[in-house]
Amino acid sequence: MTPSVPAPRTVRTPPLAEPSGWHRITLTVNGERITAEVESRLLLSDFLRDRLRLTGTHVGCEHGVCGACTVLVDGEPARSCLTLAVQCDGAALRTVEGLAPGDAPLTPVQRAFHTCHGMQCGFCTPGFVMTATALTEQPERPGPDEVADALSGHLCRCTGYRNIRRAVCQALDERFGE
Amino acid sequence: MSHASDPGRQDGGSWIGRSVPRVEDDRLLRGNGRYVDDIALPGAVEAAFLRSPHAHARIESIDVKAALEAPGVVAVWTGDDVASLPPMLNKEELRTPPGLAALLDPTVRMTPMPLLAGEKVLYVGQPVALVLAENRYLAEDALELVDVRYAPLPVLVDREDALSEQAPLLHDGLPDNTAVAVRARVGDPDTVFASAHTVIGERFEAHRYVASPIETRAVSAQVDPYSGRLNVWSGTQTPHRLREATAHTLGLTADTVHVVAADVGGGFGQKGILYVEELLVPHAARVLGRPVLWREDRNENLTASSHAREQIHSIELAADAEGRILGVRDRILVNFGAYNVTGLVVPYNSLCHLLGPYRIPHVDIDVTGVLTNTTFATPYRGAGRPETVFAMERAMDRLAAALGLAPEELRARNLVGPDEMPYTTGLVDRSGSPQSYDSGDFPELLRRAVAKADPEDVRARQREGARDGKHIGVGFAMYIEATGLGPFETARIDIAPTGRVRLAIGAPSQGQGHRTSMAQIAADAIGVPLGVIDVTGGDTEATPFGVGTIASRALVNAGNATHRAGRLVREKIIDAAARRLGVPADSLDLSDGVVAAKEPGGPSMDLAELAGRAPLPGTPEPTDGRHGTEISETVHFRPPGFAVASGAHAAVVEVDEHTGAVEILHYVVVHDAGVIVNPMIAEGQVTGGIAQGIGGALYEEMVYGPDGQPRTGTYMDYLVPTSSEIPDLDMDELFTPSPMNDLRVKGLGEGGAIAPQAVLANAVEDALRPFGVVVRRGPLSPSRVRDLIRTPATPA
Repeated sequence: MTPSVPAPRTVRTPPLAEPSGWHRITLTVNGERITAEVESRLLLSDFLRDRLRLTGTHVGCEHGVCGACTVLVDGEPARSCLTLAVQCDGAALRTVEGLAPGDAPLTPVQRAFHTCHGMQCGFCTPGFVMTATALTEQPERPGPDEVADALSGHLCRCTGYRNIRRAVCQALDERFGE
Repeated sequence: MSHASDPGRQDGGSWIGRSVPRVEDDRLLRGNGRYVDDIALPGAVEAAFLRSPHAHARIESIDVKAALEAPGVVAVWTGDDVASLPPMLNKEELRTPPGLAALLDPTVRMTPMPLLAGEKVLYVGQPVALVLAENRYLAEDALELVDVRYAPLPVLVDREDALSEQAPLLHDGLPDNTAVAVRARVGDPDTVFASAHTVIGERFEAHRYVASPIETRAVSAQVDPYSGRLNVWSGTQTPHRLREATAHTLGLTADTVHVVAADVGGGFGQKGILYVEELLVPHAARVLGRPVLWREDRNENLTASSHAREQIHSIELAADAEGRILGVRDRILVNFGAYNVTGLVVPYNSLCHLLGPYRIPHVDIDVTGVLTNTTFATPYRGAGRPETVFAMERAMDRLAAALGLAPEELRARNLVGPDEMPYTTGLVDRSGSPQSYDSGDFPELLRRAVAKADPEDVRARQREGARDGKHIGVGFAMYIEATGLGPFETARIDIAPTGRVRLAIGAPSQGQGHRTSMAQIAADAIGVPLGVIDVTGGDTEATPFGVGTIASRALVNAGNATHRAGRLVREKIIDAAARRLGVPADSLDLSDGVVAAKEPGGPSMDLAELAGRAPLPGTPEPTDGRHGTEISETVHFRPPGFAVASGAHAAVVEVDEHTGAVEILHYVVVHDAGVIVNPMIAEGQVTGGIAQGIGGALYEEMVYGPDGQPRTGTYMDYLVPTSSEIPDLDMDELFTPSPMNDLRVKGLGEGGAIAPQAVLANAVEDALRPFGVVVRRGPLSPSRVRDLIRTPATPA
C-alpha cells in the first residue's frame, strides 16, 4: 500500500507561517554586504546554513550549550542557534568560511588545530575555532582563566580537550609571543 | 608525484608508526565538511517526528486532519500509512553465533519494531507520526496539530521489577519481559565458594548514560533521476547494513540502494545500529518523488536515540589466604529498554570480559537482559565492558579491603603473565570459539601504572589527615578488550589513470582519521607516497560488501584488508610494468611510486605512465589481450580471532567532604594496542575515550522518573563534561604485537572508555575511607558523594 499524498505540492518554499513577520535586514557576512528578507523567527544558524549555504556553522544542540554554532557578531562570539537573524541587522558577521577563503593559507588558529590534532570528527571544530579566533584578536593576551572560561562554552565529544587546549595555546603564542 | 607534499616523513622508512598530520583536517577547518545536513538537495522536504509522550500506552486514535491543512505540509503519516512495510529487525546483530548456540544455548527473543507505533507505544520518544513539510519550521508547527489519544498502561521502569509476576508485559506474544538470557560456567565454582578462605559479595550498578555525539543523527534520501537508484546519506557507522535493511524494508534489491556515510560528527556506537527514521526517510523520498531530509534535535537524541550502560551486577569473589582469586560468581541484569535491538552483543561482552586480565579458575556468570518502558539500549563505546569492569574492579577493591591487602598488590597476585600467552580462560568468546588472549603483558601495565600513580605517596598524605575537609585517594582499574570483531571487512584498491591510488574500505570514519591512517598502511604495502592515495570509507558503491566502524574493529579489519590488497596491487603493478618494459618482474622494484630496475641505470616507469594509457590510435596493441589500464584488487579480511588489547588506569583524586566535589589530581593510563599506525591519532582516540569515561563516572546520567519520563532531556540537565572537567592525562603504552593479523595491530577506539568509571569509583572510595563509604554506583556527582558521606554503608 502506498501512503496517500493528500496536499497539493507547493511550488515555492512558503514563509515560516508568519507572513506578517517579514523584515529586511542588511548585514555583512565574511566581508560581503548582504540584504535579505527574513522571517522574524528565523534563527541566525538557519539563515547562515539554509539561506546563505554557509554550512560550516554547525548546529549541535539548538539550546545554546554545545557551542558548535558559534560565529562572531561584531567580533564577539555568539550562539547562532540562540540568535535571530533579524537581530543581526547592521551587524558584521564572521563564520568559519571567512577565515581562510578559497585556497588562502589557514589562519594560525586553524593551523594550530591541525598540527596539535585538536579535532577528530570536526563537527564542533568551527565553533571552537571561532571562539579561539576571537581570543587571538584581543588587544592583549587573555589570561589562563579567561581562556579556560571561553573553551568551557564548547562541547567536544571526541578529543578529550587536551589537544584543543594545546592548539589554542599555540595560536595565542604565535599571536602574542610565548 | 612530489614528495615534498607528503608530511611527516623525514626519510625513506615506513609510514606506519608515524604521527602523520591528518589529511582530513584542511577541509573541515575551512568549513567545507559535508555532514548529512550540509548536503544540498534542492527541493528537499524536511521531516519531523511526533514522538510518544507516554512510556507505555495504547494508541486509541490519531487525527492528522489539522496537521495536513497546516502551511507547507506535504504529508502526514501514521502507523497505518506504513503498515505494509515490515517492522525493523536487525537480524545480523540478533544472530547467535553457532558456537555460542551449541555450547550455551542462550535465549534471544525478537522484538520487531514498527516503523511508526501502531497499537502501542513502549517508551517516551517512540515515533508515532511523521510530518513531511517544505521546511523544518513548518513540519514542527504541524506536529503540534497531530491529535493522538492515548490510553496509558502500567509503566515498567525498574529493571528489577521486570520479571515479577505483577510486571506489565511489554510485547504481546512474549512469555515475559526477558530479552536475552545466557549462563556460562567454568570449573566447580560452588565447591570453591563453599570452602574458600575469604568470600566477598557486593551489588554494583552501572548507571544509564549515552553516547551523545555532537552531531545528532541525520538521514537524507533522493531517488537519483538518472540511474533511478535510491541514494541515502546517513550519519551511520554501518552503511552496508543500512543498505541491506533499506532494500529489505522497501522491497528493493540491494544494488538499487546506494548508502553513503558522509562526514559523520561522532558515533561512539549510537550510530552503529539501525533506526526506524533511517528507513522511513528513504521510503518518503520514493513515495513523494522528492528529496527528504531529517535531522534529529538534541532532545530527540538524548531521549530517543539509543541509550546504554544500565546493568546491575551481584558479584562474589572467593579467594585463598594469600589473595589468590579462586572463583567468581556474577548475576548480571541488563536493562534493554523497550526493544531488543542488539541481542547478545552487550550482555555477552559483559560476560566474556568480566575476568579481565585475571586468572580465575572457577566461574559462574549469569546474564539476563530485560525489557522495560525506557529507550532501547545498545552498544556505546565499550559496549558492556565499562559496566563489567566497574563491577569486577570494584569487587577487587572490596576483596583487597577484606584481605588487608593494597589494591594494586591484590591485582598483581592474580594477573595472567606474558609467558602464559595465548591464555585460554575456559569461557567461549563472542564468536563462539574458546576464549583466548592472544598477547599482552598485564603485569608490566600494572607496574608502570603503579610507578606513575605512586600509591605509597598518596597513603603517606592520607596519614597526615585531611586538610580543609579535602581527602585524597588513589584507585586502580585494569581491563582487557577483545578487539577486531569479524566477520570481515573489505578493502578495494585501484590505480586511477592519473596514477593516483584509490583505496575504498567498507568502514566509514566518524572522526577516527581513516583517510590518514589507512593511507599510511596502503602506502607501505604498495610502495607509493602517502600523498597519492585517496581514501573513501563507507560508500556502498565503492566496496560491494562491508560491515562498519564499530567494536574497535576498523583498524584491525579494514587495516589488514588494506594491507593485503596493497601487497597484491603491488605485485600487479610490478608485473604490468615488467610486461610493458619487457623485463623480468623479479628485476624490478617499486618504491615511492616508481617501478624501477633493481640494477642502477635500468628502465623505470611511474604509475601514471603505467595506468594512464587510454587505448587511443598510436598506442601499441597489447599482445596478451590486456590493456594494462586496470590494476585493482579487492580483499575481504576475515580475522582468525580477537586481537586482545589491554590497559591499566590509575587515578589520584581529592574529594571535598563539604561540597562532595571530586577533583582529579592525576590520571594515569598505560595501554597496549600492539603496533600503532599513527601515534598521534591513537593517543587522540585513547584520550577521547577516557574523557567520555570520566563524564560517565562523575557527571552524566540519563535519569528516568518512576512514570517513565526522561528527566535529562537537554544539555542543561544531561552534563557532558567541558574542557574544565577533563584533566591532562599521564599516558604510557606497551606494544605487544598481536599474532592475529599481518599488521600485528589491535583496536583501541573503545579502550579508553572502559576503565574510568571503575578507577574513579575506586579512588573516591579510597579517599572516603574515614567515612566507611562503599561506592556502589555512579555518577559520583557532588550530591551523590554527599549522600555517601552522610549515609554509612550497609553491608551488601
